[in-house]
Amino acid sequence: MLVKAKGAQQSITANRLIDGVAVWLGAGNQWVEHVADAAIFEGEAIAQALDTAKADEKGQIVVDVYPLDVEATPEGTRPLHIRERMKAIGPSVRRDLGKQVAGPTPAL
Amino acid sequence: MPDTTVTSPRSNQPADAHAAVYRYDEFDKTFIFERVEQFRAQVERRLKGEITEEEFKPIRLMNGLYLQLHAYMLRVAVPYGMLDSTKLRRLARIARVYDKGYGHLTTRQNIQFNWPELKDIPAILHELAEVDMHAIQTSGNCIRNVTTDQFCGAAADELVDPRVYAEILRQWSTLHPEFTYLPRKFKIAISGAPNDRAAVQIHDVGLIARKNEAGEIGFTVYVGGGLGRTPYLGTKARDFVPVPEILGYLEAVLRTYNQLGRRDNIYKARIKITVNEMGPDKFIGLIEEEYARLPRQKYDLDPAIVTAIEQHFTSPPWESLPAVSDKFEAAKAADKDFARWTRSNLHAHRAPGYAIATISVKPIGGIPGDIEADQMEAVADLAERYSFGELRVSHEQNLVLAHVKQDDLYDLWQELDKVGLGTANAGLISDIIACPGLDYCALANTRSIPIAQRISERFADLDRQHDLGELKIKISGCINACGHHHVGHIGILGVDKKGEEFFQILLGGDATNTAALAEIVGPGFSYDEIVNAVETVVTTFVGLRQPGERFIDTLARTGHAPFKEALYARA
Repeated sequence: MLVKAKGAQQSITANRLIDGVAVWLGAGNQWVEHVADAAIFEGEAIAQALDTAKADEKGQIVVDVYPLDVEATPEGTRPLHIRERMKAIGPSVRRDLGKQVAGPTPAL
Repeated sequence: MPDTTVTSPRSNQPADAHAAVYRYDEFDKTFIFERVEQFRAQVERRLKGEITEEEFKPIRLMNGLYLQLHAYMLRVAVPYGMLDSTKLRRLARIARVYDKGYGHLTTRQNIQFNWPELKDIPAILHELAEVDMHAIQTSGNCIRNVTTDQFCGAAADELVDPRVYAEILRQWSTLHPEFTYLPRKFKIAISGAPNDRAAVQIHDVGLIARKNEAGEIGFTVYVGGGLGRTPYLGTKARDFVPVPEILGYLEAVLRTYNQLGRRDNIYKARIKITVNEMGPDKFIGLIEEEYARLPRQKYDLDPAIVTAIEQHFTSPPWESLPAVSDKFEAAKAADKDFARWTRSNLHAHRAPGYAIATISVKPIGGIPGDIEADQMEAVADLAERYSFGELRVSHEQNLVLAHVKQDDLYDLWQELDKVGLGTANAGLISDIIACPGLDYCALANTRSIPIAQRISERFADLDRQHDLGELKIKISGCINACGHHHVGHIGILGVDKKGEEFFQILLGGDATNTAALAEIVGPGFSYDEIVNAVETVVTTFVGLRQPGERFIDTLARTGHAPFKEALYARA
């Protein structure tokens, strides 16, 4: 995480320990593979979500947990920073790889 | 595990038996297999939660495993860039079985896989160990891969085969008890020729071979070079260190750095910062004091050891051939595309009748340095057919077949062309170094690969590229400068401008003997504007150049002013 999250709406992201796949904390504190399904937290809920995520870090489920600024759109949760959108999409130079293969992803 | 060794039809020798790679003995093999099992146990403990990520991270880095934007990334060591066909076939298999079917050649002569899973890493490392390969010390705060001239052992201007000393330094630095936890990473480059093709002055330590007045061979030693956020060219520490003393001298350099390098700030921890904060004269004085204290009899290279290492790097059995190949000359006359390839992609070989061939891994519009598994296997076959089964990874993200008979060059090129590796652009504008950038890297501010692709496509006309001549573009997606933008003739640096990708142009960098750091020319350009801006620079060059001038020569003569004026005239 090189861009500190400071917006009102934040999600939580990480990489799965066992395979490195990018994930986001979703409904019911389950980790989801598409950012559109990421839960959006506000206010005190952000810190609580981060605690939940860090517990999963300790529980060998994920690594490199951090919050990111997001917004809600009709297509689902959308990261505000380009790096986080890239994480959610896959390499722009290999459209056959990454999240973009499995379905719709946010525009870069 | 499938046997990827191919034997020659006329003997039971492997087809790459003459490849000059270091051949592991039983001690070496035992060591790397033990290391695999050690890391396997560490992964298991990590997955069970017996060690935390904080404890595991330095361990996995020392085994070459990064965590990037989309997945883990495994950096496999290719010591001083040397491969044989057996190794390359195994890399192809790893790409296919454990990754997404391709690998990426790096600016430190290694190869990276972008999509491995942690649970598979022990299996990958085991398969690498079966062909004498590993990922040890390709990351972490330790001495990394020692890199060298991709034309080593073949170029006519070589004074000493750098692979011998690169191998000695590799063995010295692997699990060195004192230098395993340095303040920061440490990169060494060595050139066996006075003509620097290894970019030694931008390394933490750079060695260039030379002869002294008595005709003895030794190395000029540079310390404190480096790119990144704060680029520096190396300072000459010693004009001449005789070859037998080089290990001792480097021990003194590393001891001095290890003691004094900053551990309080990761961004100021490289030796370049220590040298320049303290003052080069003072730092070099401390090296000399340490060197004077060293027990020389322990560190001076034992001639018997040097001789033993030299046996791994003997010249292949070159045939006695005429200097000029009629077949080669006829092919050039008959096929202009081939002739063009020979002008850019060949370098003179010291054995008459041979040539050094650079395989461009920069197809027009392609991803610089990315090579598919099928291509790896094709190149492995070609290496066996045409170059004794041996090949090299260059720091410019290309491959080299160093010992090709001129008679065979046309056949080789045709085969390369069939698999998309025959582009006639080595050293030209589309032979771009680009870091993985925001497409892969969690540190990047911008993408770099699509910029490289678009520049390559803009200048797709190879006749135009050849007319422009040598023009090295290097692109980094952030100030960490993994794309070497500081030493590009045209350097491009991606920056984050309020969340948008912007690109600064730098001019006048040089990674050779005339090393120089590029200078920013002015305000940055957007993602949509940058390729036009590069074209403006090139067009300006064409309008200014005098006969025989390369881009870098014209720039040196005119200065930046005309380029700046052309770029910002509208403003």
